[in-house]
Amino acid sequence: MALTSIKNLKEFSTANERFEGAHLLCPGCAHSMIVRELMNATDDNLVIASATGCLEVCTAVYPYTSWDTSWIHIGFENAATAAAGAEAMYKARKRKGTLKDPDAPVKFVAFGGDGATYDIGFQWLSGMIERGHDVTYICLDNENYANTGGQRSSATPVGAHTSTAQAGRVSYGKKQKKKDIVAIMAAHGAPYVAQLAPNKWKIMAKGFQKALETEGPCFINTVSACTTEWKFNPKDTINITDLATDSLMFPIYEIIDGRQLNILYRPKNVIPVEEYLAAQGRYKHLFKPENRHVIDMIQKEVNERWEYLQRREEAGV
Amino acid sequence: MAEKMELNEVEVWDGNYAAAQALRQAQVDVVAAYPITPSTPIVENYGAFVANGYIDGEFVMVESEHAAMSGCVGAAAAGGRVATATSSQGFMLMIEVLYQASGMRLPIILNVVNRAIASPLNVRGDHGDMYAGRDSGWIQLDAFNAQEAYDLNLCAFKIGEDINVRLPVMVHQDGFLTSHTAQNVYPLSDDEAYAFIGDYKPVDEMLDFTRAVTYGAQTEEDWHYEHKAKQHRALMDSYTVIDRVFAEFKEKTGREYKRLESYLMEDAEVAIVALGSTVETALLAAKQLRESEGLKAGVVAPRVFRPFPFNEIRDALANVKAVAVLDRSCPMGAMGALFNEVSAAMYASPHRPLITNFIYGLGGRDFSLEDAKAIFREQKGHADVGYITTPLQQFSGLRGPKLGFYEMKRSK
Ligand SMILES: Cc1ncc(C[n+]2csc(CCOP(=O)(O)OP(=O)(O)O)c2C)c(N)n1
Ligand code: SF4
Ligand SMILES: [Mg+2]
Repeated sequence: MALTSIKNLKEFSTANERFEGAHLLCPGCAHSMIVRELMNATDDNLVIASATGCLEVCTAVYPYTSWDTSWIHIGFENAATAAAGAEAMYKARKRKGTLKDPDAPVKFVAFGGDGATYDIGFQWLSGMIERGHDVTYICLDNENYANTGGQRSSATPVGAHTSTAQAGRVSYGKKQKKKDIVAIMAAHGAPYVAQLAPNKWKIMAKGFQKALETEGPCFINTVSACTTEWKFNPKDTINITDLATDSLMFPIYEIIDGRQLNILYRPKNVIPVEEYLAAQGRYKHLFKPENRHVIDMIQKEVNERWEYLQRREEAGV
Repeated sequence: MAEKMELNEVEVWDGNYAAAQALRQAQVDVVAAYPITPSTPIVENYGAFVANGYIDGEFVMVESEHAAMSGCVGAAAAGGRVATATSSQGFMLMIEVLYQASGMRLPIILNVVNRAIASPLNVRGDHGDMYAGRDSGWIQLDAFNAQEAYDLNLCAFKIGEDINVRLPVMVHQDGFLTSHTAQNVYPLSDDEAYAFIGDYKPVDEMLDFTRAVTYGAQTEEDWHYEHKAKQHRALMDSYTVIDRVFAEFKEKTGREYKRLESYLMEDAEVAIVALGSTVETALLAAKQLRESEGLKAGVVAPRVFRPFPFNEIRDALANVKAVAVLDRSCPMGAMGALFNEVSAAMYASPHRPLITNFIYGLGGRDFSLEDAKAIFREQKGHADVGYITTPLQQFSGLRGPKLGFYEMKRSK
């Protein structure tokens, strides 16, 4: 079913079955929602590369696969390059006339977790964007190395507890700020960069479509709530994501050609970040009196960032 | 369509240029590469072919060797011919992906222009990188000169892409000694070369959308072992295809390659086993010693380092009395790798010659004709007395006091 004709969430969630429901991701894992939305966003053929991480280990355990499309996993750091290599081969074979069906429309997509994207695969991603491959790279940002048991990444926010940035008697968890990957990718001059969330599924689908239709390298950071490491009830994935977007912890916006910033979602009632933090076990320690200042600090940063995004949007530069 | 290139019957090419020409003639679909001395000219020359319309394929200059091999894997899974080149540190950076490429059974061609591995940093040739690849699941072909670098590249595509093999292939040549030494090379014409290799036949390609394929699955203790054993078997069995391709190549060009090369071995009493350009030095030494001293010296050289020519080694050394196995890579706390393999082959033989190990030529230290002769003479000494009089492992060409390890234990 072409996406343009899809009206409601039910239709949308059953429109395309190229990603099988049978996989090993935790119940309530947002990774599969995002992947499914991406695959629903186009009727074209897909060549998908995935980095090592929860998505990969849970969807291609031999002799099974959840991928009813061309799919490749090489390693943790090189999903962007795997997709770039396939895209280069497509161009070469199209030119030489060796494709089985030269008219079959195809899109190249890479998925990486925040560890694969912000940390270990950062250089590979940067290279792919710089070289201008026609690849859409999607980061499934759950703010930790979930597959290996919840270690910090450079996407882990200040104050979160992870197994390698622990909250304890003398520590409130991670001290360093989250890396601004969206700004970095926009600074590469990528034609389309965005931050999207699966609770705002229509916005997300549109963003995915824009990225897929834009020629050249596109980057999208997606908020992917992780029930296991964020510590919330699996049935609350979308509720938690609502809190993330409505508290502006995860603003939803796009940047076109590295310049024009458009805010794609403005919460009617902005809620305090405290509500978002309180809903997850990974921030539990922040509610001790001695850590109150951390919550205040997070709120202040969120306010400043929102202010900045709005000004950038107004300025149109 | 790519422009064809008119070549002379004899060209004066160095090993790098010879390899680049072979890649051009193979009409590689994707080259993803990153420069490093001494393999850089392969990539640069390829770039010049691209810039002048001699190549139709994609030339992707990536940001690291790890990415180069990653791009090659993605490209190969998309169903076309893929090649690249590297050396030393670049090779080391690729290693993770080398295993991934062979595990996915993707016939990528990698030219490895052998160079020492840091630290200390060194750009000259030794076999540290070649040795680091020996468990990676790739076929490894070894060229001793520029002509062979050209010939073996053509053969590599045909071997690796064979449906019964489907494995990646490294073509090794020695940094500078081969890569930067201009020699006479007899190329095939573009048409002949391409006809020899043939069209690429895609297998399980990601660009055939009538059939979904999953590359790089997860397997734990339930399947991993079977996959690896199967891969090992494919590599072991690849010798039949290697032999066939070498035979076809001989038919076409008159140039003969064997998985194990033997020179002057018919009546040899002593032998050197070596890899790379050293083979030519050792052979010259053997010829001269035969003439000047009547020393029956011969040379044995694995043309194919993987799959290792175990049986052929056993046959080649069946009648010699003393053998020196030369390793151009520091084994760091053990005997040299080639020594170990040759010794293992001979242990399974009813005939066990006296075998010693020489480490030599590290970081491009010259290995001279005299060095080779001294080694032959020492083997003759062992042959005459019937036991090893020196340490089992020695260092040839090393300054300072003699360095040696392990004595032979004899029961009288
Ligand atoms: C080179 C390498 N280093 C480390 C690992 C171990 N490892 C596998 S997945 C992973 C973390 C994945 O985190 P992320 O990319 O955020 O994905 P998630 O599992 O959270 O979705 C790590 C550390 C590996 N497979 N390869
Ligand atoms: S650990 Fe987190 S990211 Fe991984 S499958 Fe479970 S919910 Fe998803
Ligand atoms: Mg993660």
